[in-house]
Amino acid sequence: MSYFRAENLSLHFGGLKAVDAVSFAVEKGEILSIIGPNGAGKSSIFNLISRIYTPTSGRIFFEDRDITDAPAYGIAKLGIARTFQNIELFENATVLSNLLVGRHRHSTTRLWQELLFLPSVRMNEKEHRYRVEQVIEFLDLEPYRDKLISGLPYGVRKVIELARALCTEPKLILLDEPSSGLNVEETDDMSFWIRDMKSELGVTVVMVEHDMTLVNRVSDRVIALNYGRVLAMGTPSEVQGHPDVVAAYLGV
Amino acid sequence: MRFLFKTDYDDDIRLFPHSGYVLSYGTLLALLLIAPFVLSSYLVSQLVFVCIYATVGVALLILTGFTGQASLGHAAFLAIGAYTAAYLQQFNVPFPLYFLASGLLTGVIGAMVGFPALRLQGIYLVIATISFAFIVEEILARWESVTHGNEGMRIKTIQLLGTQVPRDSPTFYFLCLAVLVLTIVGALNLLRSPTGRAFVAIRDSETAARSMGINVSLYKVKSFAISAAITGFAGCLFAHKLSFISPEMFTLQLSIEFIIVILIGGTFSLHGAVLGAIFVVMIDPFLTYLKDDMPGVIAGFAAAIGAGSARAAQIHDAVAAFASANGLKGAIYGVIIVVFVLFEPLGLYGRWLKIKLFFQLFPLYKRATFKRQKIYVKSERLR
Repeated sequence: MSYFRAENLSLHFGGLKAVDAVSFAVEKGEILSIIGPNGAGKSSIFNLISRIYTPTSGRIFFEDRDITDAPAYGIAKLGIARTFQNIELFENATVLSNLLVGRHRHSTTRLWQELLFLPSVRMNEKEHRYRVEQVIEFLDLEPYRDKLISGLPYGVRKVIELARALCTEPKLILLDEPSSGLNVEETDDMSFWIRDMKSELGVTVVMVEHDMTLVNRVSDRVIALNYGRVLAMGTPSEVQGHPDVVAAYLGV
Repeated sequence: MRFLFKTDYDDDIRLFPHSGYVLSYGTLLALLLIAPFVLSSYLVSQLVFVCIYATVGVALLILTGFTGQASLGHAAFLAIGAYTAAYLQQFNVPFPLYFLASGLLTGVIGAMVGFPALRLQGIYLVIATISFAFIVEEILARWESVTHGNEGMRIKTIQLLGTQVPRDSPTFYFLCLAVLVLTIVGALNLLRSPTGRAFVAIRDSETAARSMGINVSLYKVKSFAISAAITGFAGCLFAHKLSFISPEMFTLQLSIEFIIVILIGGTFSLHGAVLGAIFVVMIDPFLTYLKDDMPGVIAGFAAAIGAGSARAAQIHDAVAAFASANGLKGAIYGVIIVVFVLFEPLGLYGRWLKIKLFFQLFPLYKRATFKRQKIYVKSERLR
């Protein structure tokens, strides 16, 4: 049994088949990239997994459990975190509190304890903070701790979103275009981090990406999509050489 | 300027970041504690209203300022708290008990209002809460066996520990002050713990909040319940302060006053609730001043610059008519809201922070520091 599995996943908006009977599996500890032209259904697959959309048909399994009917907030609790293509940070909060929100699934305190801020809550907060500091160190975010998100440049926000996802201590992380809007050096950093996430933190990574250099550098396997269907699956070089993929990108 | 060197995670958790805060808030508390023995009874009475309004302000800030759910129904929550107190008092329930009951019952009703609110956002939520307020107002007027309808209900003096606490005594003022301080401390505790951060997360992006494992519906209901419960406590005190309650006291205008409290004070910090409450409570004395003294002052001025006595009397009457016109209060509220939304969106507390920063950075202050920037990275796709 695979670690993560999507079976015949479909998402139809009326007559439009955004995702059409897509099946794929992810093994524990691998980096899988999903590529494809605009509108191929890559982000839709992520939105199906994180339950922002409900699939028209098909099932999703994670660690041998059917998670197709789990509520959206339940997905994070299972250990699946995600980032967004266009950055969904909490704009009017500091970097630190954004990251602490990522710790939400690990908080065990009750409302009345929090109202009194009992020692147990304080202990919990310090534990969260300790974990958050580890992520801050991992991603070199030290200078930004107390800054408001609304005043930070795009590249930094992108990293903070990754940090927030890591703060949930995910087993599987979904990265939606981690390099979009980043310059060459930032993309380099991102590729190191993605590989470190796999080797140091043991996180399984599924990412949607357009930058083929990044895809080639980090991924173990690649899936190519077009019009909601799987065109090819395999190692980066196999997929790039596949005639259907070439046709989809070049339009021949 | 002071630079903080943080050496411990506690430095980011504690309520007073440094000794300066302890000193200034300590002084403020000391001044508030000696206030009833120094100030006139009228001003103390105003302070009691400030405490009650600020308590409701904190409640509304938790819901609107931090969770991002607008409400124009808080007068109804206040009414439920007030009527619960008045009703239970008839059966000789002791004060601490019915005080708790008014908060808890209002909290439960707040949670019930929260459920339909889950599917509504922005202006639709405002309309839903207004409808709720109208329903409550109507029930209060019709359910005569419990609420005595439009006749209203009289509230007896508080009996606490075997002694009477009249509504204009220093003890009553201390009671209101204690409720306000406890509410503020509780709210601050909440905001520095996971629940408070979940509220802010929901305000800023529901999609992201969900993907972080926050049960958005549950936290919205929690926010409604907490906000309503605090308002219920305030309602109990409000009833005692007025000593008589009737349905027409809890109208839409009162809800709007509460919105003004947080809008003028500043929606991003609890300071705003207190500053806004002071502002709103002071409008009434200002209107009285307008009514009583303004005509005389203006007529006197007109006479001084050479108007005849007949003309001065005319001016006097015209100003008096204007100052006592019906709906002047509503008009003033309207103007205040417009002015603040346009020119001071961060409210009085935002202005205070700007003044503070100006002196901290003295020759180097830039006006652009607080200019709102528009950044075009937000996705509209998933909304």
